[in-house]
Amino acid sequence: MQDPKIAYRPLTPEEEQRRRKRSIAIALALGAMVVLFFVLTIAKLGPQVLNRPL
Amino acid sequence: MPGERNTVVALMTSLSNTLPAGAEANRFAPAPAAVGGDVPDYFALLKPRVMVLVIFTALVGMVVSHGHVPPTIAAISLLMIAVGAGASGCLNMWWDADIDAVMTRTAKRPIPDGRIQPNEALAFGLTLSVGSVLILGLASNWLAAGLLAFTIVFYAVIYSMWLKRATPQNIVIGGAAGALPPVIGQAVISGSVGIESIVLFLIIFIWTPPHFWALALVKAGEYAKAGIPMMPNVAGPQSTRRQIVYYTLLLAPLGLAPVALGFGGLLYAIVGLLGGLGMLAFSVQVFRNREGEAEKRAAMGMFAFSILYLFLLFSALLAEQGLGLFRPVIV
Repeated sequence: MQDPKIAYRPLTPEEEQRRRKRSIAIALALGAMVVLFFVLTIAKLGPQVLNRPL
Repeated sequence: MPGERNTVVALMTSLSNTLPAGAEANRFAPAPAAVGGDVPDYFALLKPRVMVLVIFTALVGMVVSHGHVPPTIAAISLLMIAVGAGASGCLNMWWDADIDAVMTRTAKRPIPDGRIQPNEALAFGLTLSVGSVLILGLASNWLAAGLLAFTIVFYAVIYSMWLKRATPQNIVIGGAAGALPPVIGQAVISGSVGIESIVLFLIIFIWTPPHFWALALVKAGEYAKAGIPMMPNVAGPQSTRRQIVYYTLLLAPLGLAPVALGFGGLLYAIVGLLGGLGMLAFSVQVFRNREGEAEKRAAMGMFAFSILYLFLLFSALLAEQGLGLFRPVIV
């Protein structure tokens, strides 16, 4: 959603490439966080992670 | 100030005159400065060299501590301490963008150079601050998380926003933020703060003024241009040189305290003794050489050696406690 009060212009190819790299970096950071929380859960709970009442 | 830069950006964007519509809209951006920086620019906001130092000193704080924590938890905690330190560096760069633009050493940083917008840096810094503290709390304990939060607030608010522009004691008091990582490291491992990390805190705390003032003696003109009241600009170079000697006289014996307390062994004693003598020799050189090229050489020599001194002290502890090279001096 664009702010009608702000004027816009097309991104240059270099700016588009920068944005693409930023998007990849954000995706990698999110992936790293998923791995981090998984490892943290396993490390904190250990074998007990699956041992819970259903 | 960040607000002033936003006004400039708003003015610049209002000068652009095309408003695209429809499916192509996502290929357009407010022009010209609001399109975001490159990935390395965001990394530079975290002051990576400071992060390395923080990881190193926090790790030493961990290895000198009593207690057992699984290596995975210790590694995640160390990562969060580093991210928290990076976040405080980012908030510092956001706040100090105006003075960074004036000084040659910092003018090419992402915000003053226009590669990243101040608001982006603020959001980035705050997100990482909150995230690192919460994850550290969940991974280890809330004492460590609280200490990390205190460190971030102390550096970003107390030092950057207040002390830095208000008093020549800025880096003396502000040095506490840089000295806290070993204390956080110990809190991660033992769940408490002990004498070991307090001594490491004091060593970094007392080391900071002579280290930074040596640089400030050389860069006094730059600091004056930016309006920062560093010691050489306020009390004069002569008083600064004297204070460098006083602090070094305090630091050299303090550097040997881990030996007296029993967690520094033979290797540490040798490094601490020779390093302390080296620091004293450099401080005397700074005190004696007061003009021209000799003054600059002595001050930069002290600055460089002080980094080596701290690195060697902490490396010796790491080698003794982490690699089993500990040989007691006091039995």
